[in-house]
Amino acid sequence: MEKNITTETYCNLYRSMKNIRYFEEAIQTLYKKNEIRGSAHLYIGEEAIAAGICETLDKEDYILSTHRGHGHSIGKGLDPKYMMAELLGKEHGYCKGKGGSMHIGDSKEGILCSNGIVGGGMPISVGAALSVKLHKKDNVIICFFGDGAVCQGNFHESMNMAAVWKLPIIFVCENNQWAISTNTKDTVAAKDVADLAKAYGMKSVIIDGNDILKVYETALEMRDEVIKNQGPVFIEAKTYRLSGHYAGDSEIYRTKEEILEAWKDEPIIRFEEWIANNRPELIEKFKEIEQECRLEIDEAVKFALEDSDPPVSTALEDVFTYGSAWERRDVCERNYGKTGN
Amino acid sequence: MGVHGRGGMFVREITVRQAINEAITEEMTRDSNVFIMGEDIAQYGGSLKVTGGLYDKFGPDRVRNTPLSESAIVGSAIGASMLDTRPIAEITYFDFVGVSMDQIMNQAAKWQYMTGGRVQLPLVLRTQGGGYRGNGAQHSQSLEAIFTHIPGLVVVMPSSPFDFKGLLKSAIRDNNPVLFIEHKMLYNVKGKVPSEDYFIPFGCADIKREGTDVTVVATSYMVKLVMDMADELNNQGINIEVIDPRTLNPFDFETVKKSVEKTHRLVVVNEAHKTCSFAREVSARVVEEMFSELDAPVLTVGALDVPIPYAKSLEDYVLPDKQRIMDAIKKVMKY
Repeated sequence: MEKNITTETYCNLYRSMKNIRYFEEAIQTLYKKNEIRGSAHLYIGEEAIAAGICETLDKEDYILSTHRGHGHSIGKGLDPKYMMAELLGKEHGYCKGKGGSMHIGDSKEGILCSNGIVGGGMPISVGAALSVKLHKKDNVIICFFGDGAVCQGNFHESMNMAAVWKLPIIFVCENNQWAISTNTKDTVAAKDVADLAKAYGMKSVIIDGNDILKVYETALEMRDEVIKNQGPVFIEAKTYRLSGHYAGDSEIYRTKEEILEAWKDEPIIRFEEWIANNRPELIEKFKEIEQECRLEIDEAVKFALEDSDPPVSTALEDVFTYGSAWERRDVCERNYGKTGN
Repeated sequence: MGVHGRGGMFVREITVRQAINEAITEEMTRDSNVFIMGEDIAQYGGSLKVTGGLYDKFGPDRVRNTPLSESAIVGSAIGASMLDTRPIAEITYFDFVGVSMDQIMNQAAKWQYMTGGRVQLPLVLRTQGGGYRGNGAQHSQSLEAIFTHIPGLVVVMPSSPFDFKGLLKSAIRDNNPVLFIEHKMLYNVKGKVPSEDYFIPFGCADIKREGTDVTVVATSYMVKLVMDMADELNNQGINIEVIDPRTLNPFDFETVKKSVEKTHRLVVVNEAHKTCSFAREVSARVVEEMFSELDAPVLTVGALDVPIPYAKSLEDYVLPDKQRIMDAIKKVMKY
């Protein structure tokens, strides 16, 4: 099947995965230096899913991401420089320092939200797809979520509504086997998450989420399927969360042996090996890409560290968007956020 | 935009129910990106009988019956609003917001702020609350204070047909998430509404009656109760000034302030349970900011702190009534 993939696509897939990996590794380092507040959830080991799926998307295909969302944003093409600034809580971050690691969203860039509430983005993806359908566009909405979200009511409400209304959504379950410290086998009653989608009449597939080419090809097929048949589909991508739940996690709930074993299956090395065996002429090109990615992320870190803190006055901005219904905005603002002064 | 008070050309009287229906019809006619969704709102015309006729006029794409999934109803309104449509979602009873609470407080209220304004949510969430109808504890609540406590939501709570229509039209055109709270006892209330287009801006209280002795701030159905007793009080020598904030967030404190500077006495009436209610918020703010203007303690009137009971005798006892409001007004006059 892989023979139809162009050299450019191989390079894009590799670049995307490497950028994500270096970005996450940079966060680990910055976290240890106390440069990052709160928590940052790393995507190490799951890069193939975001990279493979986002590579198939049009500019007007929108994605919804999760708390473990840096990979989705980078895959969708957001600038690591402004992402890193956001993680460091700086003025020129995507959200002006108001969102942080878990909340990058920018409708112009094609990412509607990254959600800190597990499963919270799923109903929102339904509405986004409804909008696509009402506007009769040939686009899809990608709803990323993890195995933890499968246990939420929102998962079932959203799958049902999307199926009843025949909406253009690709539900992508990144089954990394761990919801913080609890293994999926202890929380999900179905043998495979994808089985649940069948109950809603959706086409669903289970794939090896660490096989970048398989992810890419499946996403291409599913995107076509959604646009042709007008209705949601479901991909369960099996993977493994190589890092802890967040940077700094003690990880006492699993053994080192289990993690080391999983590293043997990680997607970037697998892709490099596949390229070496099947497209050896690209090895040199991949080395160049690797260097470019390293440089890009180094520059992103430098930019973010040098960027300034957001001025405190901006804390009171962006709560509301002022339109004509706010003609007494001065009065509203005097009252807003300053109660009791 | 900009009809602040009650000016304009009054040519007819319509009910609150008709006023809401007209606002939705006019905005859906004007803008094809406006659509409505909710449980039973299509051919059936809604449990609240507010959306009658819309399905025939606009069809199933724009007048959408939903599954009984309040979380997905609110969530899908959010998602649609992020992508160039302007949804109006109906939650049949205010009490059911509990089912969709995460989507309201963690999603709708947060996305504009968390993304530094890179995502906008032009959506209206219509719902209906309040008691006096024997609907029991899960269908009678006044939960507005929960939502005024959460920054990021416009909270609208009108009391007259004129205000319902003008504020709903503003809400539909506005680019923020708006919680639009109706009251089951107000749907059949009639009032003058101009036939031409008009809008009421947010953050603009209405002085429903001018007076000199006591400022009475009231919301929703309580405005009607207070207005109905104003003449009787006047005959007893108490001239009340009645203020309806109309929107609780943004809240027009200036109008309340000016009134209290004139009357030096304040009673705040809401139907919600008194503890942590919006009435208590207004009271606290007046005491914090203008204590020296007051000639009497600020009194608040609200439901007793028990779930709303079913039996008429019990519900009447628990919810604010004419006597309790009058007692409070007379009490502040005695100081």
